Amino acid sequence: MSSRRLFSDELEQRLDEVLFASPSHRSAKNIADGLERLTRVQQELVLHWISVAAQTYAEIGYQVASLAPKALDRLDTAGFEAWVLAGLDAYDRKGGQLAMTLLRDLDGFCAAREHASAAARLAEVETRLSRFLQGLSGRPLALGAGQVAHTDTESVFLPAQLATLPSAADNRRLYKATAALLWAQTRYGTFGTAAIDVEATLARWVDRERALRWFAALEAVRLEAVIGAELPGLAAEMAALRGPWPEALGEAVLRLGRPDTAVSHSLTFLADCMAGEGEPPPLPHVGAIDLDAVLRVRAARIARESETVRRALSTLKGFGGRQGAGEDAPAVNVEGGKVEFSLDGELAALPPEAQAAAQSLLQDLGEVPPECLVPAGPGAWQPTERVVGEGGGENALTSHREPHRRYDEWDYRRRAYRRGWCHLFEVDLKPGDPDYVAKVSLRNTALIRQIRRRFEMLRGEDRLLGRQPEGEEVDIDALVEARADAASGAEPSARLFCRRIRNERSLAAMFMVDMSGSTQGWVNDAEREALVMLCEALETLGDAYAIYGFSGWTRTRCDIYPVKRFDEKYDATVRGRVAAIEAKDYTRMGVAIRHLTRLLDAQPARHKLLVSLSDGRPDDFGDEYRGHYGIEDTRRALQEAHERGVRSFCITIDRHGADYLQRLYGPARYAVLDDAKKLPLKVADLYRRLAT
Amino acid sequence: MSATQHAATPKLQSVEKEPYYQPIGGEIALFESAHRRRLPVLLKGPTGCGKTRFVEYMAWRLKRPLVTVACHDDLTTADLVGRYLIIGNETVWVDGPLTAAVRAGALCYLDEIVEARKDTTVVIHPLADARRILAVDKRGELVAAPDDFMLVVSYNPGYQSVLKEIKPSTRQRFVALEFDYPEAAVEAGIVATEGNVDAETARRLVKLGELTRNLKGAGLDEGASTRLLVHAAQLISDGVLPATACTAAVARALTDDPDMTGTLDDLVRAVF
Ligand SMILES: Nc1ncnc2c1ncn2[C@@H]1O[C@H](COP(=O)(O)OP(=O)(O)OP(=O)(O)O)[C@@H](O)[C@H]1O
Ligand SMILES: [Mg+2]
Repeated sequence: MSSRRLFSDELEQRLDEVLFASPSHRSAKNIADGLERLTRVQQELVLHWISVAAQTYAEIGYQVASLAPKALDRLDTAGFEAWVLAGLDAYDRKGGQLAMTLLRDLDGFCAAREHASAAARLAEVETRLSRFLQGLSGRPLALGAGQVAHTDTESVFLPAQLATLPSAADNRRLYKATAALLWAQTRYGTFGTAAIDVEATLARWVDRERALRWFAALEAVRLEAVIGAELPGLAAEMAALRGPWPEALGEAVLRLGRPDTAVSHSLTFLADCMAGEGEPPPLPHVGAIDLDAVLRVRAARIARESETVRRALSTLKGFGGRQGAGEDAPAVNVEGGKVEFSLDGELAALPPEAQAAAQSLLQDLGEVPPECLVPAGPGAWQPTERVVGEGGGENALTSHREPHRRYDEWDYRRRAYRRGWCHLFEVDLKPGDPDYVAKVSLRNTALIRQIRRRFEMLRGEDRLLGRQPEGEEVDIDALVEARADAASGAEPSARLFCRRIRNERSLAAMFMVDMSGSTQGWVNDAEREALVMLCEALETLGDAYAIYGFSGWTRTRCDIYPVKRFDEKYDATVRGRVAAIEAKDYTRMGVAIRHLTRLLDAQPARHKLLVSLSDGRPDDFGDEYRGHYGIEDTRRALQEAHERGVRSFCITIDRHGADYLQRLYGPARYAVLDDAKKLPLKVADLYRRLAT
Repeated sequence: MSATQHAATPKLQSVEKEPYYQPIGGEIALFESAHRRRLPVLLKGPTGCGKTRFVEYMAWRLKRPLVTVACHDDLTTADLVGRYLIIGNETVWVDGPLTAAVRAGALCYLDEIVEARKDTTVVIHPLADARRILAVDKRGELVAAPDDFMLVVSYNPGYQSVLKEIKPSTRQRFVALEFDYPEAAVEAGIVATEGNVDAETARRLVKLGELTRNLKGAGLDEGASTRLLVHAAQLISDGVLPATACTAAVARALTDDPDMTGTLDDLVRAVF
């Protein structure tokens, strides 16, 4: 590349290439004019990032392009990249509107970056912090990003970045203190109980916002003292971060700074504060209180959990069948903070999720609501609330199922993960032809017999070690020898025993089968036949194994189809599922690898093997996952698997002698078959080479 | 080989001094009842919650010797029942711990039974049902268990994996006693006594235990056991700073994962 600057018309042409989705009314001319004065290196940098951004969302591409000259006046290369990435990240998390706002606010971005070295980012502390919260609370509390720190009682929201304090370490500690305070709000009754209605009290003031700000400050004083009783170390750390209490809170500290205070004390004192005109003094670790969000989430939870408890109680003997509660209502005991139910004087154990719900109700209300103790009418109890028959998903694109898990995905253009990007669902396969496996076996009797014989030889078997100093059996040969030695006056050996040693194969194998639309036809047939052979081999060998199909349609619907889980036997059900494997949608490989790696990781075996069967490059609906992006993400997922001790082997059927495979399967080993028909013949053989 | 003389049976441990054991529920009465009725007992519960201590205590209380075998996957039938040894010119039979326990009418405690090989576990079957006999195949001998003999096995359901499952035919021979970490106040009493620390330190250690148990399944396989808390207490009573003691005895003992270690450090700091 020459170092000559590009002229406006050249730039315009390049821009047209990368801003492919260019709406006609816009011209790249103005943008090109703006970029003309940059150095060639800068121009190339900008063009690269414009194209990256435009692939995510054309508007962001334009925004980046038009602001680039200004941005580069103020930011170095790394800063410029960080600015674009922040915009893309905002787009992923919050959508186009906010992404634009963020990119346009160059001043804000530069200011934040000024003390970026002193800032702490939520992404850095997220894992550690969310586990910390999990440790503190019995009830799960999610962690998410929000403009201001607050909680809705189910999630704690924290700013994506904190730069309040002078050093990054302090800011990280501030994250912890802020989160802990929000946790304490949910734990120690800030939002009231059945007896204390916080909303009603706050309704007394017209300036609700000011009242909420004072309330937050007062609660910070109270909760720190409450925390101090149980978790003195945490309270001390909070105290160190906030420094001495501001004078304006002096009275509050006297009145509320004791471990035995309740929210009612804060509310009483709140009236004094609101009588004045002042604002509460700012405190670094005190976020906002969004009472509306809290009440909404809390009411929904209380309704849900009351129902759970009520249903569970209805199943208890001697309670469910009757109409009225009467004297048979269960007794509740909440002494010592633990909910216990008893019926006719006998302790009644609820299923764990109902017990947890009762515990959670106690936390919200200070009691278990009496409605729970009224039995449900006859037939009201459903053992499972889940809707059956949701699998498959003809209209799944529009369905609002909650994913089983979310997985990050690697975006090579950004050189960063997109957080929780892929929504993974485990979907049941409807059983296929029950005789399919038998038919395949019949057709391949000779091959199967051969596979069995071969794998039998590999099976781990006990070995008998002779001439051991101890063991469960006498080694006759050694004994005779020793006797003879002794008779002839030589020193007899003491190693006279045999010992059984187990030749254990500690291996778990996971098979990941491509069920994308492109396998339609004989690739799919070959995959199914190959699985029949594999199952024969693995059953003979006795290795732990599982089989999952994968397919999907965009990142919000990544489906995984369990064919055989590790703990399932190779029985009629599994055979039916093998028969049911069929071509479905697209091939988003990375998320499937990540999920199956996770499952494999939970296996106790010493060696773990992931084998994928697929028919070509990763692909998904829309342009994004096709091509480079998908290859890089898949490669990354294989690398992650490798780091977790999972060895991968990828079997690809591709007639076009694929050149991208080297890159795609970099971290794994792979084999290419040019003809699907060879797959069933080969697969057992490949496995033998891998696993012995 | 003619000689089959009895070598000295392995030494049986007899519990002379009363072990410290803090009862949790009705387990003592239940165990005594099972002993009277000659029923074998299965102790279930997470690691370090007092199962072994309980058996020691019951051996003392019932005035029976105690034979403990830690099971592992190389444990053979011979390791339990006995084998021939050759000493000088003679083959000498030596009873294994199980046979010795049967003969002596002792309590035999097979710790972590799921770790033993399946073929080993079956030798206890005739001993654990109404027959109460042990077959010593090598000698062609059937040893009938005296009334005082009692078989106790333990297992930790938390570790149950595909490979380590207790077979129903084994399991259904036992009366099962379920153990868990005791309530906070009771556990604090145990930690204070065993670790020789004041009540407040013990209370905080138990709090830490609770916090780590909230992380079970969310990064930790198991929360801190009573045993770990006792260890931390012992270090503290030896003069180690509480936070240091907890980091070493609890946090580092629970995980190697760096992220998780960070979280545990935070929890330790929250409590001390
Ligand atoms: N109820 C109790 N009374 C007295 N000490 C106890 C009690 N529970 C636990 N401990 C303490 O915990 C320690 C661990 O208990 P123990 O060794 O009996 O656990 P375990 O259940 O046998 O664990 P594992 O399954 O790992 O063998 C004991 O040494 C003792 O200090
Ligand atoms: Mg033990």
